[in-house]
Amino acid sequence: MSEFKLKTPLSEGDVDKLEVGDIVYLSGEIYTARDRAHKRAIELYESGEELPFDWNGAVIFHCGPVVIERNGNWEVVSAGPTTSSRMNDLEPKVIEYFGVRGIIGKGGMNGGTTEAMNKHKCVYFSITGGAGVLVAQAVKRVKGVYWEDLGMPEAVWVFSVEDLGPLVVTISKGRNYYLEVEKKVLSVKENLLKRWIK
Amino acid sequence: MELSEIEEIGVELLRRAVTRLPEDVKESLKRALSEEESEIGRTQLEAILKNVEMAEKSGKPMCQDTGVPLFFLRVGKEFPVGIEEIKSALVNSVRRGTKEIPLRPNVVDPMSRENTGDNSGRKMPYFDVEIVDGDSLEITFMPKGAGSENMSFLGMLSPSKGVNGIKEFVLEKVIEAGGKPCPPTIIGIGIGGTADLAMKLAKRSLLRPLNEDHNDERIRELEREIAEMVNSTGIGPMGLGGKFTCLGVRMDFASTHTATLPVAINFQCWAARRSYALIEKDGVRRVLP
Repeated sequence: MSEFKLKTPLSEGDVDKLEVGDIVYLSGEIYTARDRAHKRAIELYESGEELPFDWNGAVIFHCGPVVIERNGNWEVVSAGPTTSSRMNDLEPKVIEYFGVRGIIGKGGMNGGTTEAMNKHKCVYFSITGGAGVLVAQAVKRVKGVYWEDLGMPEAVWVFSVEDLGPLVVTISKGRNYYLEVEKKVLSVKENLLKRWIK
Repeated sequence: MELSEIEEIGVELLRRAVTRLPEDVKESLKRALSEEESEIGRTQLEAILKNVEMAEKSGKPMCQDTGVPLFFLRVGKEFPVGIEEIKSALVNSVRRGTKEIPLRPNVVDPMSRENTGDNSGRKMPYFDVEIVDGDSLEITFMPKGAGSENMSFLGMLSPSKGVNGIKEFVLEKVIEAGGKPCPPTIIGIGIGGTADLAMKLAKRSLLRPLNEDHNDERIRELEREIAEMVNSTGIGPMGLGGKFTCLGVRMDFASTHTATLPVAINFQCWAARRSYALIEKDGVRRVLP
């Protein structure tokens, strides 16, 4: 378990050195995106249109933040992660089409996404669920917002972050830590039943 | 006691609930950190405790999911304000608090999914009202997030399954829920009664602090056993592996039909937020946390 401080956009080399269990603190720009932003990005790409932002090497954050406008500036109040599995069907395309190198979320993603990540050099970072203020404090500035018509939680917010973390690398190089924990839990289930249910 | 005072205390209860964790929950999280054996598990507990501290200091909601508003009222028979008036004052608290604190507007129509924008709506906030002796009013506020609420389960077990059946059902569902309800969780369990009563008992059990014992010895024993069983699964903090899958189990029961054994489970995430006010006829006595 090593610790890294990384800057976005991430390079292939950055992704190469990360192993499951590593702890990362991230600085630079990150992009929030939930179901609807994923969908729109894919639709634009497939109809040959350009995205209004550059996701090459980008880190996407599965998050629907609470943001307020104060004196003409955006201020992030609370911005914890949302459940990543909702993006399972959309993420492989987003990774392939745009060259996204990192996904931040909670709860992990499925085997299909794990494969796409391995193929296109992308990692998944887990951030503590509910830790809304921890993230908000790491956001130094809101650099912009796209697709506001999708509503506050579904819009794409560009956060400039400093030492966002601790992020735990949980999907990397074909390994999926969540699926490993799940397998382990299921393997002890029979013993637990024997022990606790006489 | 003026209505405006009740509205004011309502806003204060919302604010305190989303920015401060009750002492018993904080203590349990600290104990979990000191006893957690998994290195990754510890990073999650550390982040949680740091986040809680930051929320308290900055007065910002500890989690961006500030939940749906649930009020549990114990109204004294001689309390000078009527129940409907109390409720309408607290509806105003929710509308105001959503803007002033601010809270995330989460309340929508279940079919059109249209957001009301102020966390009020049809039968929302939810009120659970108990009439009691005396002349005081107790308000407990619980904002309930979706991540944990989505992990709710009802089992109408065959009575022959007995206590073992209850334990097996809980283990099954804890494993199914995995990291989704943001563990370490508090697991609310209601047994007996009818389907709806069992679920109500599960939810209401979450109001009982982790350091307060149930008065029935069998329930105390079951709570201990189930907590130990759940913490042997290895799911761990945020489902990333480790010892602390739950901070505790809170249980209650009701007598039931001879031919049925309802078991209801209602998870609460680590951000087990609840606030409390004791109001006497001449003013506010106590507000927690």
